[in-house]
Amino acid sequence: MAIAEDRRRLHLRLTILRVAVAAAFGLLAGGFWFFQVVQHTKFREMAENNHQRTLTLRAPRGIIYDRTGRLLVENRNSFNISIVREHTKDLDRTIRVLASVTGVDEKFVRDIVDRHRREPRYQPIVVLQDATLAQVAAVTARRLDFELPDVLVQEVPTRQYPDQAMAAHLIGYVGEASEDQLASDHVATGSIVGQFGIERVYNKLLMGEDGARRVVVNSVGREIRTLDEVPPVQGRRVQLTINYAMQKAAEDAFRAYGRWGSAIVMEPKSGDVLTLTSLPAFDPNDFATGIDRATWSHLNTDKLRPLQNRAIQGRYSPGSTFKILIATAALEEGVISPERQIYCPGGGTFYGRFFQCLGKHGFVDLRHALERSCNTYFYTVGDMLGIDRIHKWGEKLGLAGKSGIDLPNEVESIVPSQEWKRKRFNEKWYAGDTISVAIGQGMVDVTPMALAVTMATIANGGNRMVPRLVQAFDEGNGWQPVARPPSPFAPFLLKPETVSAVHDGLWMAVNGAGTARRAMIAGRDVAGKTGTAQVISLQGKERARGSEKDLRDHGWFVFMAPRDNPEIAGVIFAEHAEHGSEGAMIARHVIETYFAQRDGLPLPVLTIPKPAPAPAAPARVATIAGPATGAR
Amino acid sequence: MFERRLYFHIDWLLIGAVLVICAIGLVMIYSTTGGAGGVYWTQVYALGIGLMAMAVCLMVDYRSLADKSHWIYLAMVAALIGVLFFGAVRGGSRRWIDLGAFNLQPSEFAKATLALMLAKMLGESRRPALTNNDLLIAAALTAVPLLIIARQPDLGTAVTLLPILLVVAFVAGMPMKYIYAGVLVAVLAAPAAYKFALQDYQRERISTFLDPAQDARGAGYQQIQARITVGSGGVWGKGFMEGTQGQLRFLPVAHNDFIFSVLAEEQGLVGVLVALGLYLFVIVRALDAARLAKDRLGAYLVLGVLSSFTFQVIYNITMSAGLAPVKGLTLPLMSYGGSSMIATLAGFGLILNVRMRRFTN
Repeated sequence: MAIAEDRRRLHLRLTILRVAVAAAFGLLAGGFWFFQVVQHTKFREMAENNHQRTLTLRAPRGIIYDRTGRLLVENRNSFNISIVREHTKDLDRTIRVLASVTGVDEKFVRDIVDRHRREPRYQPIVVLQDATLAQVAAVTARRLDFELPDVLVQEVPTRQYPDQAMAAHLIGYVGEASEDQLASDHVATGSIVGQFGIERVYNKLLMGEDGARRVVVNSVGREIRTLDEVPPVQGRRVQLTINYAMQKAAEDAFRAYGRWGSAIVMEPKSGDVLTLTSLPAFDPNDFATGIDRATWSHLNTDKLRPLQNRAIQGRYSPGSTFKILIATAALEEGVISPERQIYCPGGGTFYGRFFQCLGKHGFVDLRHALERSCNTYFYTVGDMLGIDRIHKWGEKLGLAGKSGIDLPNEVESIVPSQEWKRKRFNEKWYAGDTISVAIGQGMVDVTPMALAVTMATIANGGNRMVPRLVQAFDEGNGWQPVARPPSPFAPFLLKPETVSAVHDGLWMAVNGAGTARRAMIAGRDVAGKTGTAQVISLQGKERARGSEKDLRDHGWFVFMAPRDNPEIAGVIFAEHAEHGSEGAMIARHVIETYFAQRDGLPLPVLTIPKPAPAPAAPARVATIAGPATGAR
Repeated sequence: MFERRLYFHIDWLLIGAVLVICAIGLVMIYSTTGGAGGVYWTQVYALGIGLMAMAVCLMVDYRSLADKSHWIYLAMVAALIGVLFFGAVRGGSRRWIDLGAFNLQPSEFAKATLALMLAKMLGESRRPALTNNDLLIAAALTAVPLLIIARQPDLGTAVTLLPILLVVAFVAGMPMKYIYAGVLVAVLAAPAAYKFALQDYQRERISTFLDPAQDARGAGYQQIQARITVGSGGVWGKGFMEGTQGQLRFLPVAHNDFIFSVLAEEQGLVGVLVALGLYLFVIVRALDAARLAKDRLGAYLVLGVLSSFTFQVIYNITMSAGLAPVKGLTLPLMSYGGSSMIATLAGFGLILNVRMRRFTN
């Protein structure tokens, strides 16, 4: 019957449908089983990569203090704006929008991104350091609009130097680690490391350990919540041997006299460096957030060379300050006694050539020769010593070679010897060469630091110290004084009569009829000696007449105070000051500051006895930011 | 009209299973939209209205409905044409009638209407076998709403009309040779259709389906993310509202097209098997209604409604696992969508109606 036939067909086809549906569901269940059980591990990892991101938390660097506990370097929070390319669909658009909302040059952003192109995509590329609040607000608003979801705004600790350019060469600056530093310092790409000065030398201690935060992000890269966090460990606190008040006094005085140069003051007994300055300087704050190209090239091409640390990298003739070495060497070698008198008719003839003295001193003994800086006396004594013994004492007292201070790139000071000249020029040493050397001209070439060490050694009576800049570290358990490594120099003691004669002579130079009377301080018994370093010989001067180069001589002043049992010793180097009396005045201010602070008296106010001369060179003030001028 | 004794023939088991699926859907919507927000409550209201629609479709005898099927069909076509001209535009297509409180999507109701129309036409035919003429008319009746919906454009919903025609014709006795021929033509025509008939974006979807990695950030993204979502769920899942893929929006429209992926992520394989089991139970139970139906009209009506439902369920779940090209096809009863919920429940009202009246004359 048709109806029954119909029913049977219906049932058959219904059964087919039922089987088909059941089969389809079976296949689906199998598919889910395959993904959720067999391939579960793979997909779980992919899901985690999707939504987890690890952010580096930059550790604040260690705070730096002076020896009195005054803060020199600290940290502030600044904002970095970065691009994370992980979720970026259109990098060009991101760069374009970011550049326009922050108001920076699009090419500038593109260049930075290009430079980091090969880094992993999840690594943020910092395109803007120390962004202004307006820039941060502009970016944040657009992040909320999902317009710039791949842009990250991070608050990071940034180096701050409250006194700007003060002691800049000593403290140094920080910057992004270079390729070489990545390997040598074992740091991650983009880390900020010390690049100069203390920041560089003690980078490991100052740097601390970066932390990390694992966060959950959504599909457009927005942070949803924190999974776990390893907090950063701040770098060690460091206390320098520097005395803030003296450092500032030195720099203020240089500025008041309109001079560039260098000042170093040490504590002879310990080797502690109380003051170390080099001018003109730079502002390390410019480097803290990534120095811009213009400022950097300006610093590099400036004729005044603000990046050079004159204290350890500038080499000059010591001039008359070298006589202290000749005097000490001659007495120690027994070539003369302090009472030995030599007649000065205004010069002398040695090896067929006349060498001039600046006065006609008549008969002078060693003390008076130092007091009045008699060339004839030291020509004669130097000739008696011979160059090799001069060299030997140069090494012993610390005037030759390197001081060993804990700063990078110190240059060697040169006190010549026969061997040195043979090696250097492949020439024989002529006895006549020694005569110029005896008054610190000719082939002598020393750094201010070498002279400072020599003064400290003589002040100590022969005990040569390695200058040091760090007094204590705080490893998290309070201040721990830095242990001094044993001195690498063979210990020796100067004869008492040597010490008293040299100290007397230097005292007389300041307090008697000498050349350094400007440094006299009543009751402080300052002992010192001026010197003049020729920039160019007299004949050269004639030839160079009319050139734009500043050819005026440099002025030196070396000192110790008080004369008996000195507490401080040091050197002032004033570029193109023509003679040492300005150096003596700068030193005077620093020495007064030292004693005032030691005795708990009010710090001296700088008084300038004569109108300040015009700056030695047309200074482009912008590069010479300092406490007095610099408003950032 | 509604006799008391009919009450005892209502398939409470089927209703129960349907409601459990709806409840799972609500839970997943709650999870993916971050709590009881506007989307969640819209779905709750739609469920309420849907249950009322179901009751209405249950009470009116399906045979008297079938008698008026041509009017209903015409009204549906008129509504679709109306939408084409006056409908609200969202996401580049014109699918909705703006009713103020919510938008109605007439194409969702086209499925049950077409099922009723075809059941009436083929089920009340006096001829013992299906003629070519019948098939042509049935095809034409399907083609009209299908083409209009495709014009909106809403290819996904349009395609769900095809199973209605195919299944009803199949059980109505369409000769097997047509089926074989159809399969053959489909296989042969597919490459040509791929090349000429499809839009660029459609071709792109299919080619990225075959190799999602070739465009992991663009069109292949959703598919890769769907697999990650499902696969990372594991056996037991990440827990309610603990899913990372859905919660953090790596997977788009998680409360809608990809709700099943999120279920797989948060409830794991266990949740998947429970949900699959429920859907299979509902489908098999409804097939029973077709078998038990008193007349061909009833059987065809059940199958018509059920076929588009089943097609959509299987396609959506396959897509949720990243195993089918991404199409804007929702998962009936679970996905967010008021019109779909109401129309689907109304359809089940018809199925229950047929089963309930299997003993009445």
